[in-house]
Amino acid sequence: MSHPQPNDSTAVAIENCRSDFPALQQEINGQPLVFLDSAASAQQPTAVIDAVAEYQRHDHANVHRGVHTLSHRATDAYEGARDKIQAFIHAASRREIVLTSGTTESINLVAQSYCRPRLGPGDKILISHLEHHSNIVPWQLVCEQTGAELVVTPMDDVGQLDLEAFKQLLSTEVRIVSIGHVSNALGTINPIKDIVAQAHALDIPVLIDGAQSVPHLPIDVQDLGCDFYAFSAHKMFGPTGVGVLYGRESLLEEMPPYQGGGDMILEVSFEGTTYNDLPYKFEAGTPNISGVVGMGAAIDYLQSIGVSHIAKYEHDLLEYLTQQLASVDGIRLIGTAADKASVQSFLLDDIHPHDLGTILDHQGIAIRTGHHCAMPVMDYFGISGTARASLALYNNVDDVDRLVAGLDKAKQIFA
Amino acid sequence: MNAVDINSRDDLRELYRELILDHAKSPRHFGKLAGATHTAEGINPLCGDKLRLYLRLDDEDKIDAASFEGSGCAISVAAASVMTDTIIGLNVSVALEYFRAVTRRLTDPGQDHGDNLDLGKIMAFDGVHEFPSRIKCATLAWHALNCAIHNQTKPASTE
Ligand SMILES: Cc1ncc(COP(=O)(O)O)c(C=O)c1O
Repeated sequence: MSHPQPNDSTAVAIENCRSDFPALQQEINGQPLVFLDSAASAQQPTAVIDAVAEYQRHDHANVHRGVHTLSHRATDAYEGARDKIQAFIHAASRREIVLTSGTTESINLVAQSYCRPRLGPGDKILISHLEHHSNIVPWQLVCEQTGAELVVTPMDDVGQLDLEAFKQLLSTEVRIVSIGHVSNALGTINPIKDIVAQAHALDIPVLIDGAQSVPHLPIDVQDLGCDFYAFSAHKMFGPTGVGVLYGRESLLEEMPPYQGGGDMILEVSFEGTTYNDLPYKFEAGTPNISGVVGMGAAIDYLQSIGVSHIAKYEHDLLEYLTQQLASVDGIRLIGTAADKASVQSFLLDDIHPHDLGTILDHQGIAIRTGHHCAMPVMDYFGISGTARASLALYNNVDDVDRLVAGLDKAKQIFA
Repeated sequence: MNAVDINSRDDLRELYRELILDHAKSPRHFGKLAGATHTAEGINPLCGDKLRLYLRLDDEDKIDAASFEGSGCAISVAAASVMTDTIIGLNVSVALEYFRAVTRRLTDPGQDHGDNLDLGKIMAFDGVHEFPSRIKCATLAWHALNCAIHNQTKPASTE
């Protein structure tokens, strides 16, 4: 067995970071918890939990509203987090950072605010077979509303997009391309720069669903060249119910508001309303302030370790996970693309994934089972679901070894 | 193996009893039913269990044949298999009494519900109540039965 060895001081810091996560310090069913379900939602470090609690204890008031001290503090904390997000994904301006309730809302915002007013019959929206339901259904809705057509880039047996087919499907009728950066079901990393370059050659804007990439890969939206980038705080060690839509300023400027309400206006009268500037035009109502503060703290935490170090560490660990799983008798790995992050889906003998999930949970090991909100991917492989182990910076080789031992027990029970 | 290990194995053995594993591996009454008078689909969106239940009722409302098809976890397939075994030959009103008894027994164990039905093989599912996330698997086929008898067209869901 070749365990990936920590080879520099940062890797050591990553190995130690597990102690930063209180949830990981517990036993489940009498065994130390092995958490291999971060792709669904990651655990939060003390730094995030404390930042949220501190905010609630000392600084809470509504944002952008009052002249009193607490309202200033809350606004500073909220807007400070926006600045951190901007720096984290290398956006050109803070006006391009729209705070939402998560990836799902971010994608719906683009579908409704960018696409709905400008699409009609004959127009096409191009996605891929690998997408999460939240990068499928919002487009189906806008297709129903406008008469546009949803077109799907096919994938292959290892879980890679068919880039030749993608090229063929691109045409001037395509009004937007929306593709996941990293597949949550299979872990495939899509070649975003290539995809963007091809779409831009035809002046087609590109949305990237970054829900699964942000905690694992350094993100530079300007380098990627995409027009929209959507992600969620809870996949990157922050709170649930908060996320981001990055949008190119020129596009956001053209788009009408997504929802109406407080905070998104400059002036309201019954004759009409003047909308607020970017990004507030898209932030109607009182936002999830503490959640945004927590997201800012999560970014600080990620940056204190360094996302490129995390990427390297997880890459080695994923390789180890894949090797170890592959050596289990009766295993079928689902999703074996050359370029992957964090995730390995699998099936074992003819044991249903749900049964595997229960047997592993009973040994303190948390994995995800089912269709992973990617039913078309399951259909492609002719299966109803998979067992999925996903890694984060706090996982290590012992977790992988416990998983493999746990699978052995499942085999014994179903022998 | 340490004590914790053995203990956890035992709990799992309570869930995956021989009878359940046997019915899961070789489900009885599996397949379409010719001449079915009632049918319903059961869907458990959490784990993707999906089965279709077929019943054939005679003139006296007796279930003279039942079968199911579909795919699911060991618990849901075994439950459907044991259920069809149990209900064939019963009048629908008795079958519905079983439905109510089974759902009560799994969701509220330890209570005497005053059921005086012979539960037989159904008692093999008693271990399920230690695994709350699996109760829906064990009751899915029974919910489909309820829907089929009441001729509901919307799929039975455990949600
Ligand atoms: C690839 C992908 N896209 C979108 C989402 C939706 O994220 P959220 O539920 O936070 O809106 C997820 C999360 O499950 C995901 O994995």
